[in-house]
Parts: sequence; C-alpha cells; structure tokens
Amino acid sequence: MKTTVHGGSDAPVLALDNIHKAFGGVVAVEDFSLELRAGEIVALVGDNGAGKSTLVKMISGVHAPSSGTIRLDGEAVSFSDASVARAHGIEVVYQDLALADQQPVYMNMFLGRETVRGPLNLLDRKAMMRETQALVDELDVRIPSAKAIIRDLSGGQRQGVAIARATHWARKLILLDEPTAALGVAETAKVEDIVRTLRERNIAILIISHSLDQVFRLSDRICVLRRGIQIGVRETAKTDKNEIVSMITGVG
Amino acid sequence: MDWLRSARQTFDLQQYVVYLGFLAIFLFFAITLSDDGFLTTRNLSNIVLQTAPATIMAIGFVFVLSAGEIDLSFGSIVAVSALSGAVVMQDYPMVAGIAAGLGVGLAIGWFNGFLVAYLRLPSFLVTLATLGLFAGVARSMTDLRSIPVINDAFTGFFGSGSLFGIPSLILWTIGAVVVGHVVYRETRFGAHVIATGDNAGAAQVSGIKVPRIRLAVLMISGGCAGLAGLLYAGRLQAARYTLGESDLMTVIAAVIVGGTALNGGKGSVIGALVGSLLMGMLNNGLILMGLSVSDQMIVRGLIILIAVAISLRDPAR
Repeated sequence: MKTTVHGGSDAPVLALDNIHKAFGGVVAVEDFSLELRAGEIVALVGDNGAGKSTLVKMISGVHAPSSGTIRLDGEAVSFSDASVARAHGIEVVYQDLALADQQPVYMNMFLGRETVRGPLNLLDRKAMMRETQALVDELDVRIPSAKAIIRDLSGGQRQGVAIARATHWARKLILLDEPTAALGVAETAKVEDIVRTLRERNIAILIISHSLDQVFRLSDRICVLRRGIQIGVRETAKTDKNEIVSMITGVG
Repeated sequence: MDWLRSARQTFDLQQYVVYLGFLAIFLFFAITLSDDGFLTTRNLSNIVLQTAPATIMAIGFVFVLSAGEIDLSFGSIVAVSALSGAVVMQDYPMVAGIAAGLGVGLAIGWFNGFLVAYLRLPSFLVTLATLGLFAGVARSMTDLRSIPVINDAFTGFFGSGSLFGIPSLILWTIGAVVVGHVVYRETRFGAHVIATGDNAGAAQVSGIKVPRIRLAVLMISGGCAGLAGLLYAGRLQAARYTLGESDLMTVIAAVIVGGTALNGGKGSVIGALVGSLLMGMLNNGLILMGLSVSDQMIVRGLIILIAVAISLRDPAR
C-alpha cells in the first residue's frame, strides 16, 4: 500500500517535534514527534486519558504546547487561538458536531465565513447553496438538499455535513476527533467512504478513533499513545491488531 | 423520507400561523364590528399609528431572542429615553433631544449587554433588574411629572407629521422594518446573531465573536426602545414615566406569535411586524366591541395564550 503522496514540496504538511505539554505539574503529553504528509491518513490511538485530545487541541490552536515546535509545510508556527490555525488551513471535525441545528446545511457550511456580494455586503445565499450542493455531491453526502435544516438530518448525514465543511475550508490538514462515535454501522461506513475520498484531495488527515477496526480500514499509519508517552508509530499494512492492542495497553 | 416531509410541512404551517391568525381576527372584527367603524380607513390607519412604537421595540426584541438572550428592560428604557429627550429639548434644539433619547437607549443597552456578554450574567436576571432600576430612574427623574414637548419640528418628525401624505409614524415603521429585516436576514451580522442563539459553541469555534454579538443585540434592543420612546413623546407631545410600561407583554407576544423562537436560533422581523399589528388590532377591536378594561385584559390574555401555544408547539415532539 502506498503510504505517502508528495505534494509540491518535500516538507511534511504537519511536523510535530518534541512536543511537550503539562497542565500545572501534570504531564499530559511527553516528547511527541510525528510527521504527516499530504494525502496521508494517520490514526492516533490510545486509551482514555492517553493525551489524544490534548494533542488535537495543540494542533488546532486551543492549547499551546509547553515546549517543542509545530511546523506547517516546514515553517514553524504558533497559534494564539483556534481562528489562527483555521487561517493556516487546518480544520477540525469535533465529536460533538459543531453545527447550528435550526439552520440550513448551506449556512452551516459557511458558518462564520459567509459569502457576501454587492456594495452592501449582503449574503449571497445562491452562491453558498450552489457551492454546498457541488461539494456534497462530490463527496457523495446524501442529503435532501443544501437547503435542508440540520435538525431534519440523520446523525450520519450531519457528520457528513461537518466533514464536508472541513473539506471545503481545509487547505492542508483535517483533524477528525472520533467522527463516528455516535453513529450506527451503515452511517459509519458512509462517513468512512467520505474520509477515503479526502485522501484523493491531497489533504493530510489525523483521525482519533476508539475503533481499531476502523483504524485498520482507514489509516496508512497508526500512532499509539499511552499516558502521554508516544509508544510508537507503525505502518498499518505491516502491523496487526494484536501488536497495536499490546502497545495501547502495555501488556503482552 | 415521508416522516421528514410531513415534519417540514408542519414546520411551514407554523411559520404562517401569524398571518392566518391576523386574517382570522381581521375578518372576525370586520364582520362583527362592521357597524362600529372598524373597517374605516381612519380606524385602520390609527391601528398602525398606535402600534408603531411597539413594532419598533419588537424588532429589537427579535434580535435579542434570536441570539439566545432576552431583554425585559426595554419598557423602562422607553420611559427614560423619552424623558431624557423631552428634558433636553426644553433648552436645546431637536437634534440634541434625539441624540439624548437614542443615546440613553443605547447606553442602557450597552450596560445590559456588558453584564451579559462579558460578565456572563444571565440576561433574564440582568434585564429584570434593570427593568426595575430604570423604572425607578424614570420616576425620580422628574418627580413623576410629565414633561411637555412643544418643539414643533420634533412632534412633526416623530408624531403628527407626514411626508407625501404618509404619516411619519408609518414611515418610521416601514423604515425600521425594512432596515431590521435586511440586517437580520441578509447580512453576515444577522447570520451570526442567529447562529449564536442556535449553538453558541458552534458559533464560537466557527470564528464568530459571540460576546460581541451578545453585546450588540442588547444595544440594538436599547436603541430600538430609545426610538420608540421618541415616537411616543412625539405622538403624545409629552414624555411621562409610564410610557412603555405596559408594552412588555404585547411586544413579547407579538414577537413569539410572529415566529421567533423563545430560545434562539430562529426569528422573523416581518413576522414581528404582523404580530404587532395583530396585537394592535386586537386592542382596537376589543375597545370597539365595548368591553370593559378588565374584560379586555382577560380576553387579550387568553388570545395571546392560544396564539403563543400554537406558534410554540414543536412539531418534532
């Protein structure tokens, strides 16, 4: 299996070097290093409290690392808050679906970044609907229409919308934090299909998942964390569940 | 998908409740009060003139509710603004009076908004407190006396005047509704207000400055109340601490009946206008029917209860 797809430059999309994070005296993440290349899906696994969410929050700019550097396309960056990370082309799909329930799909797609037109900067609903429709068609997110209200959609459709939104705005990297935790079997399969199509758009993806089956279905590499310590990174094709489980639990 | 379609149809029907209700009550009065002058141009235009201040307060209220907040204090703001304008105009020209009235409204709105947005106090409690606080201020400002407004330019501009034969109060109503509707429905600001009320967390992670939105909607409500105060002062040619006192229930009812959600994320400025006209028509019709004041209050309360119950029924449940 092909594990990397190189973009224009050889520098990885995201490089974490010796990232360390402590909250007061409590070490959450210790000495973490990882590189993600364009078109690559890396899974981050580990037990509850292993530090996965803390890592995602550092990459998305919610927390700043205590030490270590984050590089995007080879350039060291520091994010003061989530909007700066977003401006750098990083999008996060949250577990608890950051969607406005009573609004149509297209307004969620453009939430906070609405398209405007004319001298009065009025909302360009037609353009937003058109772009939304094109995107959901391309990603094969099956929703009744771009005008559908989020509340009327199923859990899988909603997660499809959230991923489509991230896809629309992400230029470099999408972080998926337990994207299928709340979904049924068929809906999970659908979301996984969407994630696979993202690979072809040359976007780097970091996915957190508790489902090892899912991790093996989707990822190119698997990175294991245990109590804040990076246990190792394996190529998915060259490992198996037993090895990963023993890395997660530290037993065997 | 059938369940989905039927849910959407119920939803749509709900959006039109206010128009159907308006039509039904209009027809009822038109038939039962045909001999009492309900249908005369004079009476109908009176209804619109009398509801102008409430309509403008309702527009501000749509913004506040849509953002997931509430403003109970606007009635007191009306009185303080009207009195401030009237007092200033005793010695200074109209422009100073207008600036005072609107400025006071915006300032109180800012005060409410600051407490709600940056100290994260619940708007229900903040504005309940400022309702009482500024009702007291209005009473003490002039020792319960009413202040006459004898500035002709002002009373024409805000009250009895007209342009091309259209009364100024109607022009103010149209202007406020058009501006309010466009800002609410067609601007990024309006979209951010609605998103904040729908899911503040989602709005925040999408880069919307949620505290700024909360401050803004309470200032809009304060500004609208200030304008309503000026309209009252212009029409009555006097300002008094009682102005706006009895508008709270009418305005809330108008806005809710007009399709604005009590807990944010959904609203309509046009709906609020129709809701406000409906309340005005109800008032007018009950008076023409010869009901005593206490009977009017009972009937109005019951009708509001029914209307609100219909428009709040969640089709999803």
